[in-house]
This record gives sequence, C-alpha cells and structure tokens, in this order.
Amino acid sequence: MTAKNEERKTGYSLGVGARRVIAYIVLILLTILCLFWFYLLFVNATRSKAQLNQGFTLIPSHYAFRNLYNLFHNSNLPILRGLLNSFFVAISAAALSSYFSAMTAYAIHAYDFKLKNAAFTFILAIMMIPTQVTALGFLSLLRRIGLMNSFIPLIIPSIASPAVFFYMKQYMESNLPRDLIESARIDGAGEFRTFNQIALPLMKPAIAVQAIFSFVASWNNYFVPALVLKKDSMKTLPILIATLRSADFLKFDMAQVYMFIFMAILPVIVVYLFMGRSIVAGLTAGAVKG
Amino acid sequence: MRHNRWGYYFLIPFFLVFIIFQLIPLGTTIYNSFFEHYFRNGLTEVGPNFVGLANYRTLFSSGDIGQYFKNTMIMWVMGFVPQIIVSLLLAAWFSDPSLRLRGRKFFQSVIYMPNLIMASAFAMLFFALFADTGPINTMLLQIGIFRAPYKFLSHTFSARALVAGMNFLMWFGNTTILLLAGMLGIDQTLYEAAEVDGANATQIFFRITLPILRPILLYVVITSLIGGLQLFDVPQILTNGQGGPNRTTMTLIMYLNKHLYSKNYGMGGALSVILFIITGILSIIIFRINTRSQQ
Repeated sequence: MTAKNEERKTGYSLGVGARRVIAYIVLILLTILCLFWFYLLFVNATRSKAQLNQGFTLIPSHYAFRNLYNLFHNSNLPILRGLLNSFFVAISAAALSSYFSAMTAYAIHAYDFKLKNAAFTFILAIMMIPTQVTALGFLSLLRRIGLMNSFIPLIIPSIASPAVFFYMKQYMESNLPRDLIESARIDGAGEFRTFNQIALPLMKPAIAVQAIFSFVASWNNYFVPALVLKKDSMKTLPILIATLRSADFLKFDMAQVYMFIFMAILPVIVVYLFMGRSIVAGLTAGAVKG
Repeated sequence: MRHNRWGYYFLIPFFLVFIIFQLIPLGTTIYNSFFEHYFRNGLTEVGPNFVGLANYRTLFSSGDIGQYFKNTMIMWVMGFVPQIIVSLLLAAWFSDPSLRLRGRKFFQSVIYMPNLIMASAFAMLFFALFADTGPINTMLLQIGIFRAPYKFLSHTFSARALVAGMNFLMWFGNTTILLLAGMLGIDQTLYEAAEVDGANATQIFFRITLPILRPILLYVVITSLIGGLQLFDVPQILTNGQGGPNRTTMTLIMYLNKHLYSKNYGMGGALSVILFIITGILSIIIFRINTRSQQ
C-alpha cells in the first residue's frame, strides 16, 4: 500500500513544466492526426491522374482547376446537380428546424397551460429515437402519399427536431426574460407578432448556431435520403459518393474522386473556419449540466 | 389568462409533423413486423400474411442478428475506449489552471472539426487512402515499414480498426468539449482545499473530478452507445455495403438497410422494433439524467 502510494507520488510529482510539455506534445500529435487526412485529400485533389499513380507526396501540385473542370464535365457524375440538391435541402431544413424549434420552445417558455409540462417531458423523451427505426414506416407512408423522389420528406420533418428545441429552450431560460414578453403584451402586440418581432431577434445567436448544426446534419445525411431519392437528377452528395464507391473504383480518374470528396466537405469547412468559435462555444450550452 | 392558449397554437407545428412523420411510421413499422411481406426474387410479392412473432423467431434463429450485433459492439468499443481516455485526459488538461495551456480554443476547434465532416465522404476518403495501391500503402512502402502493400480492407481486424478509428476521430473532440464543460463547472474551492491537504494531480483527478463528473460520464457513455448502435455511414461506404471481409464489419443498421432495399417489410419491421426497444431503454437512462439536471 505504502509502496503503491509512493509510486503514485513519484509518477505525478512531475513538475508543472514537464506536464505542460507532455500536454503540448499530445495535443500537437492529435492535431496532426485530425488534419493529416484532410491535408492529404487537399494535396491529392491538386494532383493529376498520372501524378497520383507515382505515389505518395505531401507537396501540392497545380492540377486543381483541371480536376475541377474534368469533374464538372463528367457526365457520369452529376456533381453540380448534387451540390444544388444538397444546398437546397440543407438550407430549407436548417431554416425550418431553427424557426420552428424556437417557436416550440417559446410555447413552453412563455406560456402557462395545462399540458405544458407533459409536452416538455414528451419532447425530451423522444429526443433519442433514431430516424432509422421508423424508416420502414416512413417509406411506406411516402409511397402511399406519393412523396418518394421528393425533397419534401427530407425537409418538412426537421420542423420537429427535439434536440434543437432543447437547446432553444435552455437558451431562452437565460436570455429571454418573461418580463420582456409581458411588456410587449402591454404594448398591445399580438402573440404571433411578439414571437416574431421581440423573441426571435433576441434568439439570433442561438438560431445561428442551431441553423449551422441543422445545415451540417442535413448536408451530411445519407441513410434516409438514399432510400427516398432514386432519380439521378435528385440525388444529394452523400448518395453520389455511395455511387462513386460502388462503381468500379479503378475505372475512375482518382484525381476526380479526390476532387469530388473535397467539394463535398468544402462548404462545411468554410462555414467552420468563419464560425468555429461560436459553434464550439454553443455546443455545451444545450448539453447536460452536471 | 386568455393569451395562454397560444402555448397550444405554437406547439401545433411540432406535434403535427412529429405525428405524421415519426409516430405514424413507428406504428406502421411495428404493425409490419407481425406480417410476412416481402418480394421473392425482388419481383413476386408474398403476403402480407399475419404471422405473429414468426419474423422475430426467424431473425434470432438465423444467428445473423447476433453476429451483426457483435460486430457493431466490437467496433463501438474499439473506438470508444480510446475516445473516453483521450477526452478525459484533454479535458483535465484544458481545465487545469496550473497548466495554463495556450491555444485552448484553437485545439478545441481542430479536434471538434472531424465531427462536422460528412461521414460518407470521410469514409470514401479513407477507402481511397487505404486502398491496396493507395497513398498510405505507398507511403509505408516508401518508408520501408512494409515490403508488400497491406490489404487493410481484407483483414477483419484492420477493417474494423479503420471503422473504429474513424469513429474515434469524429467523436473524441465532441466528448472532450462535453467533459470540459463539466470539469469547468466544478467548484474551484474543492480543488484548493484538496491542494491545501496535500493531494497531488492524480489524487485530485480520481477522488474529486471523476466522482463529480459521473452523471456527465454516464451521459457520454449512453449517448455514444446509442450512436454506436446506429453505426452505418462509415462501414457502409468503406465496404460498399458488403460489411467485408466476410461480413465482419456488417452492422445492425446496414442489415436493416438491406431489408429496406429488398423491401422485406416483415423482417425489416421486426429488426426495427428490436432496435427501437434497445434504444428506448438506453434513452430512458438519458432522459433521467436530463430531467435531473433540469431541476
């Protein structure tokens, strides 16, 4: 026992300086581990098909625009169409999910009614139900009402996003005092107008963060869209990536494959470069508080 | 107060959409699980005939579901163990005022970034990079570590390790930020008191930090487990839906996806219900943690 304690002590009586050095080394290694693959992607997206066959390098080449041109003119890979489809679905889903989640949260936050607590508990309870387990019924519903090969079933359901709702509710608790809503009422504004013109502007930071998260989630979504969108002209990027994977790999120009992947993740990276800090800061606000 | 009825009006969009696109489909899914209904050779429709629990019996007696459950869990554990260790370590470092680490925001942003990357694109990237003639193999050959290209996707361990490794990369930043928020919320006077009593960094970590973090740790484990059960995009793209080699990376959702594609409504329904029950049980635990933190 004493020996063990002794050992512990020596193991951890490392000075602050030494511990700091170890921390920096581990952090730098993890940074490299996170960025290496994307750097390699960038490098390979700038190399020509012939250069790619020559092997591995960390030095970018100058074929990026050539590859991009080839990719956009490749009739087997409707990437432009895919980009447009993905943007349309993701932007619509982000707009609906942030607006209506704020509205749902406002209902619970600003009013007192009989079923208030029941509704809140219910929404929390369904938060973790994965879409996959209802996909079968979802698809048969779409077949019945003729919504297969449509963007609607990928956009409208985001109105009911329990996680976004939960975040908005937490945010309102600390940033939208009920007195303020009361005084808006005295001024004679209608309830719907109070929500749109008083509450929503105060929710801007939360809406921005959640709109980004919803955009990213929808942009990256693969499982359900792949089951709903069968027409080539409607496919979103993740479905096209699956097609790329199932096509005979070597028949493709690998430079185009890398460029395709690069284009698929570029929008998210760009948004992240500008908004990264507020995204990371916003992450924990809606999470559990211990 | 008359305006309070607006609470109900504002809840209408959420509940209407939820009922139409989630609740009714859930009902149909459960209903389908009790019927024999599939397409023989993809063409001839069989059923729907009511068969009671026969789909569930078939599902379990074939043994496939056990194998896929095992695959899913193995890959989850392989990714989650390093994830929780690294995240705890990083969160402890970031929250330690005596270390005074610089660039905390930068490191946090970098390690969180893979979480936002399209999983299917990330998997396609790894497929290209780890291909038999891909850059990783050529690099390892050039350095002289390997003499012949290593077929990463033809060996069970390396294929699973790739999936788990990508999962680790995508989630350890997220977990770090969650744990860090918890650690920063711990009352600093506790640490000061412990230091006065002569406790060292390890003792403080194991005796104070970890016990206080227990609810958050539980939350992290369960949400990660629920996410792990949904493992799909990465192995699906990486193995082209085959779950190779020899179906050792085939996950439960990949199996469900197969049934959905072949329109085997009965078996797909039964599998969905089982997954629903498992995630339901896990969700109740999460729900308890969340409601407790609400009070």
